[in-house]
Amino acid sequence: MAQITVENLGKIYRVTARDPGLAGAFRGLFQRRHREVVALNQVSFSLEKGEFLGFIGPNGAGKSTTIKILSGILRPSSGRCTVSGLVPWEQRIAHVARIGVVFGQRTQLWWDLPVVESFELLRDIYRVDPVRFATTMERLVDMLKIAPILDTPLRQLSLGQRMRCEIAAALLHEPRVLFLDEPTIGLDAISKLALREFVKELNRNEGVTVLLTTHDMHDIEALARRVIIIGQGKVLRDSSFEAMRNEVLGERRLIVDFADDVGEVAVEGAEVRARDGRTVELTFDRAKTAAHTLIARVAAAHEVVDMRVEDPKIEEVIARFYAMHGAVEA
Amino acid sequence: MSTLALPYLSVLRVRFQLMLQYRTAAWAGVATQFWFGAIRVMTLVAFYVGTGQQPMNLPQVVTYIWLGQAFLAMLPWAPDAEIAVAVESGNVGYERLRPVDTYFLWYARALAWRVANTALRAGPVFILAALILPLTAMADWRWRLPTGGAAAALFVASITLTALLSSAFTALLNIVLVHVKTPRVGNFAMGFTNLFSGLVIPLALFPHWAQPFLLWQPFAGLADIPFRIYTGALAGATAAQGLASQVLWILLLVLLGRWWLARVLAHIDMQGG
Repeated sequence: MAQITVENLGKIYRVTARDPGLAGAFRGLFQRRHREVVALNQVSFSLEKGEFLGFIGPNGAGKSTTIKILSGILRPSSGRCTVSGLVPWEQRIAHVARIGVVFGQRTQLWWDLPVVESFELLRDIYRVDPVRFATTMERLVDMLKIAPILDTPLRQLSLGQRMRCEIAAALLHEPRVLFLDEPTIGLDAISKLALREFVKELNRNEGVTVLLTTHDMHDIEALARRVIIIGQGKVLRDSSFEAMRNEVLGERRLIVDFADDVGEVAVEGAEVRARDGRTVELTFDRAKTAAHTLIARVAAAHEVVDMRVEDPKIEEVIARFYAMHGAVEA
Repeated sequence: MSTLALPYLSVLRVRFQLMLQYRTAAWAGVATQFWFGAIRVMTLVAFYVGTGQQPMNLPQVVTYIWLGQAFLAMLPWAPDAEIAVAVESGNVGYERLRPVDTYFLWYARALAWRVANTALRAGPVFILAALILPLTAMADWRWRLPTGGAAAALFVASITLTALLSSAFTALLNIVLVHVKTPRVGNFAMGFTNLFSGLVIPLALFPHWAQPFLLWQPFAGLADIPFRIYTGALAGATAAQGLASQVLWILLLVLLGRWWLARVLAHIDMQGG
């Protein structure tokens, strides 16, 4: 059985609305108008043990709502889901004891406490056996390189240091499922890389199932084998990262620096997209023409100084995909 | 330590240690409480001069007032400030990520807060009013020691119940806060608490016919009952009734709070993020 199953999940928020101006405010005193906002609309997917799923979509698409429901802190309006056989909002205490959650936008540690004291408090809250805890903590502290900052209160740490501590804190009770909601937000390049490396190893070596939401496409590229794109509360696509990229932008680019001034460049399977002096940019369809075939054709016909193949930028891919599906927030 | 209570005891311990850091606030509190204690002693002394028989004699009332000042921080005047912030920002739902009963988590935090704050203030007020005041010209206005061993032992039991009762009130205020979403619920609760806990006027000085009601209402257990036990104004069977009133209200408020919080949290929405 799948570790996480989500079936027709729906969430509707009721927000208070009022007409603008003084008259509107006055009317609001007597008659509250409510507007219904559909955050999730029939979302379904399932996740096997050990999978790594990237969850992407524009702001307001429903990513965080999904994670909040899966982690048991929000109740859906309709549909059902199970994580390791438990319904999160019905068997909350048993459920949250088995999962790890990191919200990049907020801390789960205690601001005034030295990190190690937060960890010990979590040990007691999760009722982790002290011997087992010591081993787990040592391993996490070592892997995340947080030994030097353990005795510092959280509020004195940099964001990068803090996020490493948050990740460690989410794993002290050895959960088999990890939810990461925008964990790399605001981090510098080095911290991002370190975090990705750690999460990747955790998934690969220890088989922890990971569900990650992010706006950083490099996170997805580096980590997720499978991607769900969500927009306006609906699942727009659920496929491997490569398949998604190929479908949306099958086009690749071959940039050639010629040795001499060449006239008309005509290569079978490619078209000239732009040229700048001796540099010519060719585009080709990756499904029809392999890069090496094209390179061989160009090299056989002309004298070439340099060649490089480029993929379209991943941000470009996603932006085009959102636009195609009208997924961008109104 | 039983694993059942472990999470809550740990939260309590850590929170207690944290609260002890607020020394400046505590010293300011001590000064204020000593000052107000002196004013209230003067007022009541003025009332007592020339009147006949009263339910409590003057030394008892004076000691009662000093107890009120020393244990002022025990009163549930306000909801937990951090929970107030969490409610306003909508982060309160994240408390649900912990595999613990949210009510008892809040209760443990409240207990640590009440006890730590009181621990910081009671000692200095005692030193000023019970040890230094007798050395001055105002020796009559001093804080006197309990009348006997029995009163002292009953007082310890009763003030312990006060801490538990006050924490149940605080947890309840936190829940009201989730509902009304403004931390000012404390202002409303304060007036009630002060009057019915005996902090304005000892409850024994209220009309005779009101006494049974006053003993059995929930606020008496926050101050009046332990203080009257200390001064010997409440002894024997009435003291037992006082303790019973405290236990009863602790149980009722904890049950009410736990039931209410479960309802509230089940319906809380956290949009966006």
